[in-house]
Amino acid sequence: MPNMNMVESVNSALDTMLSNDEDVIIFGEDVGYFGGVFRTSDGLQEKFGKHRVFDSPLSEGGIAATAFGMGINGLRPVVEIQFADYIFPAYDQIVNEMAKVRHRSGGEFWCPVTIRTPAGGGIRGGHHHSQSPEAQFTHTPGLKVVYCSTPYNAKGLLISAIEDNDPVIFFEPKRCYRGPFYGDPHNVPTWGGHPEAEVPESHYSIPLGQARLALEGNDCTVIAWGAMVHVCEQAIKDSGISCDLIDLQTLVPWDKEAIEESISKTGRCVIVHEAPKTSGFGAEMVASIQERCFWSLESPIERVTGWDTPFPHTTEWDYMPGPDRIAAAIAKTQEN
Amino acid sequence: MAGDSSDIPLHIPDAPHRPGDESEFTDWPWKPEDLGMLEMDCSAEESSEHATGLVRVLGDDNSASGKWNPNLSPEDLKMGLEYMLRLRIFDDRMMKMQRTGKLSFYMRSFGEEAVAIAQTMALETQDWLFPTYRQPGAQFVRGRDMVSMICHCIGNEEDNVKGRQMPVHYTYKEGRFISVSSPVGTQFSQAVGVALASRYKNLDEVTITWIGDGASAEGDYHYALNFAAIFKAPVILNVVNNQWAISTHSNFASGLQNFAIRGIPYGIPSIRVDGNDFLALFSVTRWARERASMGLGPTHIEVLTYRAGAHSSSDDPSRYRPHDENEYWPGGDPIDRLKDHLISIGEWTEKDHDELSEKLDSEVMGAYKEAVKFGDLANGPYPSSDAIFTEVYETPPWHLMEQWEEMKKWRDE
Repeated sequence: MPNMNMVESVNSALDTMLSNDEDVIIFGEDVGYFGGVFRTSDGLQEKFGKHRVFDSPLSEGGIAATAFGMGINGLRPVVEIQFADYIFPAYDQIVNEMAKVRHRSGGEFWCPVTIRTPAGGGIRGGHHHSQSPEAQFTHTPGLKVVYCSTPYNAKGLLISAIEDNDPVIFFEPKRCYRGPFYGDPHNVPTWGGHPEAEVPESHYSIPLGQARLALEGNDCTVIAWGAMVHVCEQAIKDSGISCDLIDLQTLVPWDKEAIEESISKTGRCVIVHEAPKTSGFGAEMVASIQERCFWSLESPIERVTGWDTPFPHTTEWDYMPGPDRIAAAIAKTQEN
Repeated sequence: MAGDSSDIPLHIPDAPHRPGDESEFTDWPWKPEDLGMLEMDCSAEESSEHATGLVRVLGDDNSASGKWNPNLSPEDLKMGLEYMLRLRIFDDRMMKMQRTGKLSFYMRSFGEEAVAIAQTMALETQDWLFPTYRQPGAQFVRGRDMVSMICHCIGNEEDNVKGRQMPVHYTYKEGRFISVSSPVGTQFSQAVGVALASRYKNLDEVTITWIGDGASAEGDYHYALNFAAIFKAPVILNVVNNQWAISTHSNFASGLQNFAIRGIPYGIPSIRVDGNDFLALFSVTRWARERASMGLGPTHIEVLTYRAGAHSSSDDPSRYRPHDENEYWPGGDPIDRLKDHLISIGEWTEKDHDELSEKLDSEVMGAYKEAVKFGDLANGPYPSSDAIFTEVYETPPWHLMEQWEEMKKWRDE
């Protein structure tokens, strides 16, 4: 089985779907001839033709609207918003249009569009190349929200997203495109040799709505998505505490069985995300866990998140949750 | 010489007339003979005269002339007249229903009946319509039953969108009439995507869409023109300039008092057409369809008309414009103009018209009575409230299933 980094596995998912389904069409800023600023569509235009993989104007609103129109007229567009920070001109088209057209039309029209977008920090991108706006979409009925973390789940989840008949916002943690990120900016490995980088060339899928148990333990449940999954892995090792690490993978709909099962075992929970704390998806998780698992809880649920500030440039390591903060939160859940 | 800017006030435009003003409009200088046909493969620049002028076929004396005369048969003209009259009678009846509490809300197409009807008649049945709430008349052309339309407006058990949308937000996929959305302008850019999908599939399908003068200030209008021009989409992009967006006059939508010419710098041949002239609308749309079908790309059309009625049942235009402004507007009434033309060529009489009106009125009343058998606004039956939870996703995920159960518990106990 080939070893792929996440750029290659996303590319492989797109390649697989372009081969399998004539209705799949890919466009976005710089995705065509050049193959994308992160190279995720490298070589696809040459292989499949300009009519299937092409550049769009710099117009996120126009990209989303065009994808909507293609989607309701029988195609299965996969579009890229170059950075998640730039998705907001498309927000109305996503929230009021894509997410609602099946419902508002009595099921006569639907919109099987996948919007891929690199998200998250750790690349010195400042506040407009680093944000992680998943919560702005989890609050919208009609959308599915996916956040991959490894080469293997990127391909399997992306294939599921493209095959899904509902609109899916697909976040790719750009910090992890070329290697897992364990929270130490001075020591960033590649995906080489990592078991999650063993990616089949052929078609496979990971069902939306299913979490991944990244580490198994007994004393605390750590829930994360995107790049934070790897930072949590490091934090768990550092803490010396036996933890379940749940990589949520799909935020809407999230995997309630996986969460309930783990919390009923550990009784303690830490939720970690890069996005700001207030109204972040962690708040939804905390509320749902206390509704569903209150009598299993042995200690207050901890949240470790980005601050409620714009994302910084040169000081980003004091913004993003690192292994120290997460390990301290895990330890705190063990206090009573 | 340095100017003194201290006494230049902030410029805020205004409408031409406000309540209490005399409504004065200059007569139109444009005549049916003014403009020749455009070559199918004309450039955007070559359409300049057509964008700054006004394509007309029906002259001030109601005769049809000029190069754009589509020479439709009297049967086609009568069919167009019947659709328009049906829409006006339907709208009037529905507005009465709204006023007596039988509909929650309504929007008429009063004064703009020709727009969607002439333009849809100019298309082929496989062509996609992406309307606003001011083009419901297209559904008559595509054969939609009035009972089904009224059931939607009531939001009763037979509403095909299951009580989810406000009245007049029709969906009619069978007639390729795509779902109406309240956020204005969004359909304009989406229509380009619909058209590109048809081209991708190598189908001879053209997409037509409409936007108001007011909504043409939204980004979606500009996205649409740009994408359509770049990818040569087989799409017909209409700005229906009815001069009013609720109380906002078109002077607040554009710094120009011409919407058509905005297509030219995007590289799209652009035409302004008399929106109350059934024949001119038909002809310009037919031309645009042929271009699109030949792979020559989009056409941008300003449909010059006047919103003779209120924006909606919740609006009172006498608060912001003279109550009789529409009577002075030089474009006249689209139904009267086609009727008078048919009379002038000996194909129609006042008696025919009265008989048709009576027939349509009784059909509309009959449809209404039939529709309320499936439920009225006051008493229902309404669609099952289960429809709150269905079709949000293709299959309801677990969190919707849980909330659905909770809703049922409160509803059914």
